[in-house]
Amino acid sequence: MRGVKGLLWPVFLVARKDLLVEFRSREVVIGSAVFAVTLVVIFNFALNITPETVDILAPGVLWAAFSFAGVLAMSRAFVTEKDQGSLEGLLLTPVSRDSIYFGKMLALFIFMTAVEAALLPVFAVLFDFSAFSPTLVGAVLLATLGFAAVGTLFSAVAVNTRSREIMLPILFFPVVSPVIIGAVEATTGAIGAGVSAAGPGRWLQLMAVFDAVFLVLCPWLFSLIMEE
Amino acid sequence: MSPAPGTPAIEATGLHKSFGVAPVLRGLDLRVEWGRVLVVFGANGSGKTTLLRLLAAQYRPDRGRVVVGGIDRSRDPSSIRRMIGVVAHQPMLYQDLTCRENLTFFGRMRGLNDLPRRVDEALRRVGLEARRHRRARALSHGMQKRLALGVATLHDPPVLLLDEPASGLDQEALAGLRGMFSSASGGRRAVVMVTHNLERGLEWADEVAVLSGGVIAYKAEREGLDEGRFEEAYRGGLR
Amino acid sequence: MAAAGLLMLANTYLIFMWAPTEATLGHVQRILYIHVPMAWLAFFAFFVVFVGSVMYLWKRQRRWDALASSAAELGVLFTTLVLITGPIWAKPVWGVWWTWDARLTTTLVLWLIYVGYLMLRSYGVNRSQGALYSAVLGIVGFVDVPIVYFAVDWWRTQHQRLVIGGATLEGNLHPDMRTTLFFSLASFTLLFLVLLWQRVSMKRTETELEALEGSQELMGGRSV
Repeated sequence: MRGVKGLLWPVFLVARKDLLVEFRSREVVIGSAVFAVTLVVIFNFALNITPETVDILAPGVLWAAFSFAGVLAMSRAFVTEKDQGSLEGLLLTPVSRDSIYFGKMLALFIFMTAVEAALLPVFAVLFDFSAFSPTLVGAVLLATLGFAAVGTLFSAVAVNTRSREIMLPILFFPVVSPVIIGAVEATTGAIGAGVSAAGPGRWLQLMAVFDAVFLVLCPWLFSLIMEE
Repeated sequence: MSPAPGTPAIEATGLHKSFGVAPVLRGLDLRVEWGRVLVVFGANGSGKTTLLRLLAAQYRPDRGRVVVGGIDRSRDPSSIRRMIGVVAHQPMLYQDLTCRENLTFFGRMRGLNDLPRRVDEALRRVGLEARRHRRARALSHGMQKRLALGVATLHDPPVLLLDEPASGLDQEALAGLRGMFSSASGGRRAVVMVTHNLERGLEWADEVAVLSGGVIAYKAEREGLDEGRFEEAYRGGLR
Repeated sequence: MAAAGLLMLANTYLIFMWAPTEATLGHVQRILYIHVPMAWLAFFAFFVVFVGSVMYLWKRQRRWDALASSAAELGVLFTTLVLITGPIWAKPVWGVWWTWDARLTTTLVLWLIYVGYLMLRSYGVNRSQGALYSAVLGIVGFVDVPIVYFAVDWWRTQHQRLVIGGATLEGNLHPDMRTTLFFSLASFTLLFLVLLWQRVSMKRTETELEALEGSQELMGGRSV
């Protein structure tokens, strides 16, 4: 009816509302960042990371930490909305369900990227690699976009089930396994430990394909299930 | 959005809805004219909330049609949402946003023009002017209900759907709510309210209906209500 | 039903008596005739889940959900059998029970996705919501499979394989072996279709029964 602006304006509104709520409550970003650091400490004990093995292990540890912290962040995306009833209020507004999906996804993407941006330098120091290679930044952005695309849909699904804390990771991890593989491989290439024959470019492409597919599929499915 | 002349405010035909085991609605028909207040009574679990959610285009019926203000839900649910204001059992608010921010956010989502004035008006209407910068979290339940009422009526909706709106509201707020009903008699608005509070429901109604067995088991004008048949339909639903 | 039973009997005969014994591997090679049809049926089942899910989201008719969920149950069953017969086959051929190669890993990921599908159904608040949500997963999962496969395949080629050696699955088969394999494929597919049909009609009966009970509840409520 109001064209592109009619679709984009509500996306911006929803995302900004989520950022404002997060700015006040601060439960998502700080919670998942602290959790990610905790995970790295645990992995350090579990894998006994030494200077000889750090290049091989660091990308895996990094992405295990990012993806677990991401699940923590995305599980909050709809839990608060659902529990205070505001999701229903949101769905009663005339904006398209796509806009609601993209608004929630954008906010989740920003939260996760903020956590990752804060932690990358910390990891770079701990594991002694350069955090500022374009490949690494590209890998982080593409992987986070894929996580957010699938995570927003699954979070909306899981929030309505009885054991939501269990359902979200069970549904999420198998589906995003290509992204995790791609992110780990691209990171390996980027921080120079590369046994990577094909180079990180191929992995960035794989993640870009994943993102493209699920950024089309997920909003469509979201709008179908939001009208029960 | 002005109601199309000649069409009823709400027309639902043959509504079926089931969530699995037993069907909740089984071929329900309902018609509400402009300017009327319909109060639907029903026991717990009779499907009152389901009916309202179907009318608000939140649910999609398994079978049957919902037409609000001449617009078919299956064609254009968005336009129906634009016409409707809903006060649900639970206040649908962002607890970490202030009263003003809640109203402004939902107003923007509805693309309302002249929003600051509407927000101020709504705050005055529900008596929350002094608390406009308080977060919803800091309000009592009754105050939250008031704010939810403000959100639901911000866009001056021609169709109001109310799910037990009176619970948690004090006398003053109830009077305000009643005031919004009176404009229904001006023919501009239609109201559907579901409740199991007989006394208040009968006081506010132009028409009463009883939801039982998944259909409207009884419907009549408030004036000249056959109390025997009304009781029978209502008690039937209780067993 | 009977036809499927007879075929399965004949199939067993072919697999264990008629097909020649593989020269280097011996009898263990016969698991091929079960492993390959199971794998094919698992993928086929998940394709049926995909079709049923799309149709359910479009039409919202319970029979499509019954088809999708029945196929998912069978798909998980067959994938489980693949994951059991695979290592039995792998041990003598590759020398290890498990290797993270593209096909095995993808199958494992697939199994996880559809176990999630079945869990989602049972954890839903109500039946229609469970149907709706699992349809979402039925579509997402199926679209995801090729991406998972490519990712794992590329990943594998970058890392050295643990053990490679022995025969590949589709290597040069003796004509009699080939015949047995195709016969087995055909009879297992028929078995799958029969099972699917049984499961779908069972679900339909369940639905009818519940609808009857439901309407009796309502009738009872009004007449008493």
